[in-house]
Amino acid sequence: MNIIRTEKLDFEYDAESGRGLVLKELDLEIEEGSFVAILGHNGSGKSTLAKHMNAILLPTGGKVFVSGMDTSDEERLLEIRRTVGMVFQNPDNQIVANVVEDDVAFGPENIGIPTAEIRTRVDEALKAVGMYEYRNHAPHLLSGGQKQRVAIAGIIAMRPRCIVLDEPTAMLDPSGRREVLDTVHRLNRENGITVVLITHHMDECIDADRLIVMADGAIIADGSPREVFPQVELLRDTGMDVPATVGLAWELRKAGYDMPLDALSAEECAEALYRVFG
Amino acid sequence: MAPLLEIRKLTHIYSQGTPFEHVALKDVDFVAEKGEFIGIIGHTGSGKSTFVQHLNALLKPTSGTVLLDGEAVFSSPQRIRQVRSRVGLVFQYPEYQLFEETVRADIAYGPKNMKLDKEEIEQRVLEAADFVGLDPELLDKSPFDLSGGQKRRAAIAGVIAMRPDILVLDEPTAGLDPRGREEIIANIRRYHARVNGTVIYITHSMEDIARFASRLAVFCEGRIVMDGVPGEIFRHVEELERIGLTVPGITKVMALLRARGLPVPEGIYTIHQAMDALLGLKGGGENA
Repeated sequence: MNIIRTEKLDFEYDAESGRGLVLKELDLEIEEGSFVAILGHNGSGKSTLAKHMNAILLPTGGKVFVSGMDTSDEERLLEIRRTVGMVFQNPDNQIVANVVEDDVAFGPENIGIPTAEIRTRVDEALKAVGMYEYRNHAPHLLSGGQKQRVAIAGIIAMRPRCIVLDEPTAMLDPSGRREVLDTVHRLNRENGITVVLITHHMDECIDADRLIVMADGAIIADGSPREVFPQVELLRDTGMDVPATVGLAWELRKAGYDMPLDALSAEECAEALYRVFG
Repeated sequence: MAPLLEIRKLTHIYSQGTPFEHVALKDVDFVAEKGEFIGIIGHTGSGKSTFVQHLNALLKPTSGTVLLDGEAVFSSPQRIRQVRSRVGLVFQYPEYQLFEETVRADIAYGPKNMKLDKEEIEQRVLEAADFVGLDPELLDKSPFDLSGGQKRRAAIAGVIAMRPDILVLDEPTAGLDPRGREEIIANIRRYHARVNGTVIYITHSMEDIARFASRLAVFCEGRIVMDGVPGEIFRHVEELERIGLTVPGITKVMALLRARGLPVPEGIYTIHQAMDALLGLKGGGENA
């Protein structure tokens, strides 16, 4: 079953500017429970697409359905926002309270959850992102990765079926990135939450179920990471790159060695190299 | 002759004497010479940003000294002023600091403060815009009409226009896509080669910095724990991972091969080096 579906989705920010369509006749279905990464250069339309997934933006042409609900149906707006939660790039812009647990409670309070239940939800959400022991801390004293996990907890506390994360690791260091990625993978695996991860870090896509590559407002590649990353020329032509493992295999193939292009992780790549050079 | 930049036993303690007291830097020694391209790496909170704010007298050491051409940066108010134009600091997300009405005026802000004459300022603005690959046509636009990548370039140009002896950049490619990253990096490298200046480049991305820095300094818990050429630094895969840094993907693959007994050298960090090592293995095999 799909949780998000777009039908010939067109979008332009300002019809009079003459800048043209940011998204062009985009058809996409996202399966409930899947982990989907969307990769694309700056200006490819990936963030614009993400904002259609919980009705922050509405199509200028075509339709978007969230769990069957048309996002342009204003009466369903609250339900749509409860179904799909968004996490943005800058954790500092998403934190509203002076204490971690108050911040996480902000969303559930806004959608009118009874107080007693909010308590349960906040605790659950903080445990789910591994920040429970920080519940009484001040958010501004946390690291970037921790703040981003608090932002994710704030979304989880509303019990969405899907989380859309728009470059959630762009401002984080390697260990912060790892924390956030591990957290969203766990939420997907253990809680069955659908994850849509928008990124331009290739290595963050390796473990996704599905990888979608966007360029100029359209989808140019769609498949498992093992199917998409071997398309080295296509990716490079659109200003993206491939993981270093694939880049090395690509060069070795050009030099006449029989290296697979779908050995994505360091371990798989080392294994393939061992077979050829060992 | 004194080194261009010399730091001796630099210690910085935030909020000293309060319950929030925090030692950000502890006894750091560091020397930079003219023409070096130095990468500074370390996880968040390792002290690298505190460190660079000492280089142009934005922060005063709790103890220790910072010397530019052998003279302390804090010796007098005039000296501080001079140091601020000789050591140009580009902060993270510098585009948030654009404020003038036109791009030209924004880039000219630094040189204007240096009390240069009009012609000199205009020449420097054009030169700096060229270094960062900013189309001269954009100079009369409002900075707020530029794209994200263009804003970033304009902000870097504003620092380059002061013709600093040392250009310090804090994560200049953060938030950019691979093409945007490559363009900014290419511009900085071209700048470095042309003016033979010193560049100090802070980053989390080992992958990027490994390709162009002549030297890397690794920060951890307020100290420099490694300082050397990239090939030397990347021999220490386990230690780097232990302090929360990720080694380049290629370095990791090569370390795994070595663990399985293939005689590939340590400290490999580019696809090119890996190719050489692997093809050498085959060549060696045939000769044997």
